[in-house]
Formats: sequence, C-alpha cells, structure tokens
Amino acid sequence: MTAFDRTLTLTATLAAALTMAAATASVAEDAMEKCYGVALAGENDCAAGPGTTCAGTSTTDYQGNAWKLVPAGTCMTIETPNGMGSLEPIES
Amino acid sequence: MDHATFTTAFRAALFGGPPPPGAFANDPDEVERRFAVYRNNVAHSLTRALACRFPVVERLVGGDFFAATARVYLQEDPPASPRLSQWGQGFAAFLERFEPAAALAYLPDVARLEWQRGQAYHAADAGPVSAEALMQAAADPGRHALRLHPSVAMVRSRFAVVSIWEANQPGQRPGGHLRANRAETALVLRDRADQVPVIALTEEEALCADALLRGATLLAATAGTEGSAAMRLLPLLMRVGAITGIAEQG
Amino acid sequence: MPLPRAPGLGFKSEHFDAIRTTRPALGFLEVHAENYMGAGGPPHRQLATLRQDYALSLHGVGLSIGGPDRPDQGHLRRLRDLISRYEPASFSEHLAWSSHGGDYLNDLLPLPYTPETLQIVCDHVDEVQSTLGCRMLLENPSTYLLFAQSTLPETTFLAEVAGRTGCGLLLDVNNVFVSCTNHRTDPVDWLASIPLHHVGEVHLGGHAREDLPSGPLLIDDHGCPVADPVWQLYARVIAQAGPLPTLIEWDNDVPDFPTLLAEAERAARVMAQAAEAV
Repeated sequence: MTAFDRTLTLTATLAAALTMAAATASVAEDAMEKCYGVALAGENDCAAGPGTTCAGTSTTDYQGNAWKLVPAGTCMTIETPNGMGSLEPIES
Repeated sequence: MDHATFTTAFRAALFGGPPPPGAFANDPDEVERRFAVYRNNVAHSLTRALACRFPVVERLVGGDFFAATARVYLQEDPPASPRLSQWGQGFAAFLERFEPAAALAYLPDVARLEWQRGQAYHAADAGPVSAEALMQAAADPGRHALRLHPSVAMVRSRFAVVSIWEANQPGQRPGGHLRANRAETALVLRDRADQVPVIALTEEEALCADALLRGATLLAATAGTEGSAAMRLLPLLMRVGAITGIAEQG
Repeated sequence: MPLPRAPGLGFKSEHFDAIRTTRPALGFLEVHAENYMGAGGPPHRQLATLRQDYALSLHGVGLSIGGPDRPDQGHLRRLRDLISRYEPASFSEHLAWSSHGGDYLNDLLPLPYTPETLQIVCDHVDEVQSTLGCRMLLENPSTYLLFAQSTLPETTFLAEVAGRTGCGLLLDVNNVFVSCTNHRTDPVDWLASIPLHHVGEVHLGGHAREDLPSGPLLIDDHGCPVADPVWQLYARVIAQAGPLPTLIEWDNDVPDFPTLLAEAERAARVMAQAAEAV
C-alpha cells in the first residue's frame, strides 16, 4: 500500500469513526443526566480531630529498624515477580 | 518572643519536640497532653485528606501502613496551599523512594492514576462539540485536530494499574491472581454525568489518544496506528463528552 | 444583604440531593471556601444550584489571619473571585493561624493574645476587608492550651479587633463552652464580656470529651449533636441579642439529612421561644 493509499484508507476509517462518534452525541446527552458526581474531594473543614490519645506524628526514621509496619491491605492478593504482596518487613 | 518566633517554635513542636515556650495549663502536668490535641489534629486531618485523594493506595497497603506513611510524607512535602485538593502531586514520587513500600513497585503508578482522577474532578468545565462540527472535521481530517476536555489525561504504566484500580473500588475485592506486571494505560476524564471513570486503552489507542492530546490532526494522530484504534476511541471520547471543539490547522 | 436571622446548615455534598429535592426551610447554607477553589466540576455545579434557593455564607479555614505573615495574596484573590461569582451574604474566618512559612498545616492553631498579635490580626483583617470589598466576621476559636505571654483576655482581644477594623464577630457558642471548660472558667462570664452587638452569626456544633486528671478536656470535633449546656448558653445569647443567623456544624460522622435538619429546627425553636418571652 502506498502512503497515498494509506492516507485514503485512514481518511475513510476516520470518517466512519467520526460518524459513529457524532451519532453517539445525542444518545449520550439523553442518557447521562448530571448526577452531580461523586464526592472526590480532599475536603477542608474546620473540625478538630481525635483528641489526645491517637498515634500522633511519627518522627521515626523509616529507613532504620524503627519502622515495624508492613503493607497489609489488598496488596496481599496481587501477584508481583517477588511473589504475592509483601509480607516481610524491609531489611535495613 | 515575637509572634514569628512563637509560630516557628509551635510548628516545630507539632512534629516532635517540647511544646512551645509559654504554653501552660492550670495543671502544668497536662501541657504535653493538651498540646497533643494540636499535634493530632494536624497529623490526622492531613492523613485523612491524603486518604480521600488516594483511597486505592490506602486500601492496597491497609489503613495503619497508610497512616504511618502519610505522616512521613506530610513532613517531607506538606500542602503548599489551603486548597487540599491540590496537595499530593508529589506523593507518587515519594512512594517511589519510600523503602517500606518498595516491594509494591506498582504503588507509585496507582498514586499517579488517583492524582489524575482528583485533577479531572476539579478540572475546568467545557461543553461537548456538536455532531455537525465533528462531521465537518471528518471531511478533512488532515487539517483538523480535536480540542479535548480539560479533564482528559493519560497514565501509562508498566503495571496493571487499571485492573488494580478497578479491583479496589468500593464493593469490589481483588481476588484470584491479579498479576501486577502487565503494562496498562489508563484514560482519565470527567464525563457528562460528572463521574470520573478510568478507561483502559490498548497500546494503539494510547498512541492515538496521546497524539490527540498533544494537538495532532486527526490524520496525524491515527497515522501510526491501525484504523481500529480510532474506531473505538473517537466514539468513546464523544460519548463521554470529552471532545469539546475542533481546531483547524494550517 | 446580611444573612437571615434564622437557622442554617453547613452544606455537605452527600446531602445535595436531599436539599435539592426537599428544599427545606433554612435561612442559609454555609460552605468552606477552600472546597470551591477548583477550576470547575461538581463542587461548583452544586453550589450554583443551591445558591438559587438559599442565601450563602462563605466560611474560610485557610487565611491564617492569626499568623505573623500577611494573608496569602493568591488565596485572597481566589476568595475575591468566589465572592464575586456566588455573592454570599457573609464571609467569615477564624481567629487562628493555619499556615507557616508557606506550608499549610490544616488546623486552627492558637495564638497568644498580646498587643503585638492584636496589631497583626487587625492589620490582616483590614487587608482582607479591603481586598474582598466587604465586612468579614471573625470567629472565636476552641483552644486547648493557654500561653503565659497573653496579656489580654480573649473577649477583649475580639472586641478590640471588631472595634478597630469594623469587622463583625462570629460567635461560636460551642467554642466558648469548649475553651472555658478546658481552661476551667465560666462561659457565662465569657459571654457577658463579649459585645453581642458585633455578632453577625452564631455557630453551634458538637464536641467530644476526654478526661484529664484535672477534669474534662473537650475537643471541638463537630462529630455529634450540639450538647445541652451549649444549647443553654445559646438560649441565653438569643434572649439577650434577639434572633441571629445560626449555623449547625457537623463535619465528622456526618448524619443523614433529617438528623441535621432536626438540629436546625431546635435552633429555630430557641429563637421562637425568645421572641415569645419578649
């Protein structure tokens, strides 16, 4: 196929794709009423937090032995080349 | 002690160290515990703000690990403005060098995807292009480019970020063998219903979408691909309201 | 136009549909300004819709008026844009600081009350009012500590700011109760020494309680109904000052909309009873 033929083919394909796209517009407008979206904000408010007894800030050096936590969420079901999730503390 | 010195001492105390000079309570033994209220408010409220922005990262590593991670992050890269929706752009890069999460190599890209979703949610508004205008562009695709909605963005990853994101939505639970080491590209945008879906693109669709985002003409954007990418991508973009105008080139 | 002298609610996006479909009788809705500073999207669409039916109170949490540095110019500009876009009936902020050296700490942090900080706060309020082109209200904080360097009572400090700058006061009755309880003073005395004629709005919210060796420590967490002693103080304020725009704040463990509305109705009853008593 020459470059010219290729452009002709692509132009035809694009025309078809854009025709399909144009046809979806009116359907989409009817089908998708604004539902004002999901709450997805890191929202500001002026409330105080949990009082005096929660963990507070950690100033531990996470590169040293002080860091004891391991990831323990759904990552444990996801396969990586190193195996399932991460169940061992990082050696420092 | 002037006020600037006071606030500097107070801020230092929020992240460890003794309460600021002059702090007192009727019972002096209580100063430390009372100051802890401020310490906790700052740490807790910023941790929750980060978790709102990165819920899948939080779910992947679990609440305790996430909170501990957030407390390191918020000291390294605190919000630069009271607009908390703008905080966290550096979280993905932070996770990349955060050793305790090193085994989860896909985590930074999941954070990138979630960051883009937040950006898309707050992006400027723009109405969809008319069907007529689109058809006019079809007549001469070598001269017309698409204007895309300000929310449209792509996240390319060596990892299965879309599958991981989908499996960690509320009500879903990742099961069986979700393999992380599989390249996926996500298209992120805010649709006509104000939802922010995450759409997986094939490699060809990703090339095409990338070119369109950079302002290439329709013809140039599809030149390196088989036509099938455009056949899915263009109707998809129109259906969700992501095509907002036509730009004429040259 | 000032806020109606009636109850209002802090708007939470999860209540949008309930408010839009039931259109409850409320004097106003209050939103946190910082949540509407994005370029577009659902927050603005919601706010524009609500604004058609309700007066709006714009409540800022990020200006850091009580900090040593001038208010952030970019933030002031964004506030001015929001005000011209939504034309709120009121703009308010806190007697507190929340930014330091360009970093935002996301909490309302306390300041010593001294001639120096009084001058700083007055300068900042002046600048805010002249930039925004409107009178603002300044809210009394919940505090957990005192400072040895303070030489002015909180009420004197607030009255001075109002007197010198012409700003109004936002009287958070829960904060009065929380702070006075925490510092073992009498909230009735506090209220007796605040000039009520400067008060342009009242806030009511819930608090949590912990116990310290010396007694209770109350935390302003906005996570539960308004406490009975706070209602009693509120009734005292209303009996003296007459009806005031009164906001119910509930930001943590946000309840369903009818529960929130019931709190607003309780405030309406307090105002009605005070009117009957006159």
